[in-house]
Amino acid sequence: MTPPAIELKGISKAFGPVQANKNISIRVAPSTIHGIVGENGAGKSTLMSILYGFYAADSGEVWINGTQTAIPDSQAAISAGIGMVFQHFKLVENFTVLENIILGAEEGSLLRPSLAKARKVLADLAHEYELNVDPDAKIEEIGVGMQQRVEILKALYRQADILILDEPTGVLTPAEADQLFRILARLRDEGKTIILITHKLREIMEITDEVSVMRRGEMVATVKTAETSPEQLAELMVGRKVLLRVDKAPAKPGNDVLHVQDLRVIDGLGVERLRGVSLSVKAGEILGLAGVAGNGQSELLEVLGGVCPATGALSVNGTALPLSGPGADGRARRAAGVAHVPEDRQRDGLIMDYTAWENMIFGYHGDQGRIMKNAAIETSCQASMDRFDVRPPNARLAAKNFSGGNQQKIVLAREIERNPDVLLIGQPTRGVDIGAIEFIHKQIIALRDAGKAILLVSVELDEIMALSDRIAVMFDGQIMGERLPGETDETELGLMMAGISEGREVAHG
Amino acid sequence: MDKMPAWADAILVPLISILLAAILSALVILAIGEDPIEAVKLMVTGALGSSYGWGFTLYYATNFLFTGLAFAVASHAGLFNIGSEGQAMIGGLGVAIICLFIPWTHWALALPAAILGAAALGALWAQIPGWLQAKRGSHIVITTIMFNFIAAAVLNYVLVNILRPEGSMDPATAKFPEGAHLPTLHEILAPIGINFSKAAPANVSLFVALLACVGVWVLIWRTKLGYEIRALGHSESASRYAGIPPTKIVVIAMLISGGLAGCMAINNVMGEAERLVLTATEGAGFIGIAVALMGRNHPVGIFFAAILFGFLYQGGAELALWTSIPRELILVIQALVILFTGALDNMVRMPLERVFLALRRRDAS
Repeated sequence: MTPPAIELKGISKAFGPVQANKNISIRVAPSTIHGIVGENGAGKSTLMSILYGFYAADSGEVWINGTQTAIPDSQAAISAGIGMVFQHFKLVENFTVLENIILGAEEGSLLRPSLAKARKVLADLAHEYELNVDPDAKIEEIGVGMQQRVEILKALYRQADILILDEPTGVLTPAEADQLFRILARLRDEGKTIILITHKLREIMEITDEVSVMRRGEMVATVKTAETSPEQLAELMVGRKVLLRVDKAPAKPGNDVLHVQDLRVIDGLGVERLRGVSLSVKAGEILGLAGVAGNGQSELLEVLGGVCPATGALSVNGTALPLSGPGADGRARRAAGVAHVPEDRQRDGLIMDYTAWENMIFGYHGDQGRIMKNAAIETSCQASMDRFDVRPPNARLAAKNFSGGNQQKIVLAREIERNPDVLLIGQPTRGVDIGAIEFIHKQIIALRDAGKAILLVSVELDEIMALSDRIAVMFDGQIMGERLPGETDETELGLMMAGISEGREVAHG
Repeated sequence: MDKMPAWADAILVPLISILLAAILSALVILAIGEDPIEAVKLMVTGALGSSYGWGFTLYYATNFLFTGLAFAVASHAGLFNIGSEGQAMIGGLGVAIICLFIPWTHWALALPAAILGAAALGALWAQIPGWLQAKRGSHIVITTIMFNFIAAAVLNYVLVNILRPEGSMDPATAKFPEGAHLPTLHEILAPIGINFSKAAPANVSLFVALLACVGVWVLIWRTKLGYEIRALGHSESASRYAGIPPTKIVVIAMLISGGLAGCMAINNVMGEAERLVLTATEGAGFIGIAVALMGRNHPVGIFFAAILFGFLYQGGAELALWTSIPRELILVIQALVILFTGALDNMVRMPLERVFLALRRRDAS
């Protein structure tokens, strides 16, 4: 019997008082795709960082192809045949594909021989695995799907037999993700071993042969993918039964509350980010805005939230609101009944060094007099934290000390408890663990049922499909079209997200 | 989770830094063939051993309180205002104008007016870089440095060409009239039976500085404006999201910062020299940066740091007077303190954090 490609025995790693990995053992058979799932903070990334030599384990052994191997740094990992594709690509933007591939693996002091060799190897790899990329294209000129291929090629160029991919589909359209999976399957069939870290259960079910589940630093189970179900995996991840489907009654839409006409935004570089967006959201409905990140959804949310100026027309409850100049800031929007849960809560939604109670009035602090009533704010924050089940329920803890899910609950509590007419909500569950996702979805539905207009932006198509009463798809700063969730599917939405609608392709601007 | 308790962060880190600076200073003193223990004794008696010494220590500390607070307020807004020196110079101009051209009958009337004059001109001087930063994106570090030079040139011009009394060869204003004389600690304490040195320059400005400490604390941690200033300092992006206008906050923070720096002039110009001279500020603007860094931008920390630097200034002067240790060495010692408490903060902090983490882990297991 062939030894496992990777075997970890009793790996433990602590960061200060936090035990990130507890006595983890795992065997990954060669020529398989092995999924690792777990909530944020379950220890997946730590484990992979140990395998790739970023951290030294406190205890435990790493065996590669049947021999015990010490991996003190990433160089050692590479020579042991391990390659890693990070969630955030590590590419030099203004270098060509070829230059990126040899970066750090140059031979000799002259570049030309290395480049020539790389070009030949690249051609072979392209032939062998159908991994076609233009070796002379600059990274900044190619799409994210292509950039990811470059990362994979970088690993293969270094003769990796074991590929680790960390959340590889986060930035891809469904079609690009399918393409990636075909490549991964091909790599497996050619004898490579692949470890896929993800939180998307659908992907696990689709592509992996085996799957290991981590929870709170421990490996709770390894199962054959064919013998499990998303429900079972979710339960293993969270430690209790989880509702994957969102329970909701049909919407009872009322009057138009949010109305937007011909929004246009030109960014600092002169690129038109929003190219005439018009939409409206009724009371008591959720309009989901689907799209690959970077197609104008972020700008739209920011314009509506008063963060960035635009041209066009905006009205809330029939009252026109200015889109630039004075009265077009976040404070004025909030006063007009528009609450905004920003896409990036750590950058925009919270001051990470502020305590929970300070954050609980962030954006609404204009209600305070010159001297703030700190004690009263803290008391009411405590109540909100209890209602939204923020853990730990300590109003004096700085925001940075809460987990992603609990940070999001603080933001949601702040925005929802002001009883807004319109809720703009971006990436409500990004970086949030499954248990909290369920809670957050329930809150959004409850707000809808209370008759509020909700505009939801998410790159998770599943989330859009589950929550929305109507779905609009954005591509290249425009609305490609609207669909009802019951009358569409991921394939159609995926095509629209790629700019293809009813057989025609929208020209790039 | 925080890596170490707040008290260790606020007290232990600076204390160890000062200790390291002291050890290194001792080595330097040894190297030039002097006795470091003797030197420390001399510094302590010189700065703290008499009411005369205290009078000077507190006088210097008053200067550093104003400039330290000035730096701290800007720093909370994320602005590195190193222009306190220039703002204090121009503040001095404000004091001189108020004191020279209005016939004051009592200091209690003159002081508030002088504070207003000093703060107004200091604020104006900080305002220009602040406005350039907010509107044009000109980096405040660069512009405030430039404005220090411009301030020196302006002061020079005004003293030589406008305010210099006729016939005088000295680029300085005339002596302020008697009605603008601020009571010294000697004059304040004598009625309650405390005999404070007559020759020491510490004066009523000290109390203004202490009030300013309280004021800054209230401003930063209790008011809505302070909340917005700190928010902007932590994250401009989040501030935009919250509808806090960055331009306005930058402008206001620089106004307050410059105003505080300008107020230093009531101590050194009105309280001590009683006339405006070219070298009035003596680098106190820059010491303020170190004071604020060491005091963690908190008024309580700034208070203690200002006293420490006052001590270093006065003790250093004594050292230069009574030993053959050259004056320049005092600068070296001050520089070492700044280096360790400001620039090399992490050198002490990180090992200390590890110690606390290890302690906690042992407690947990």
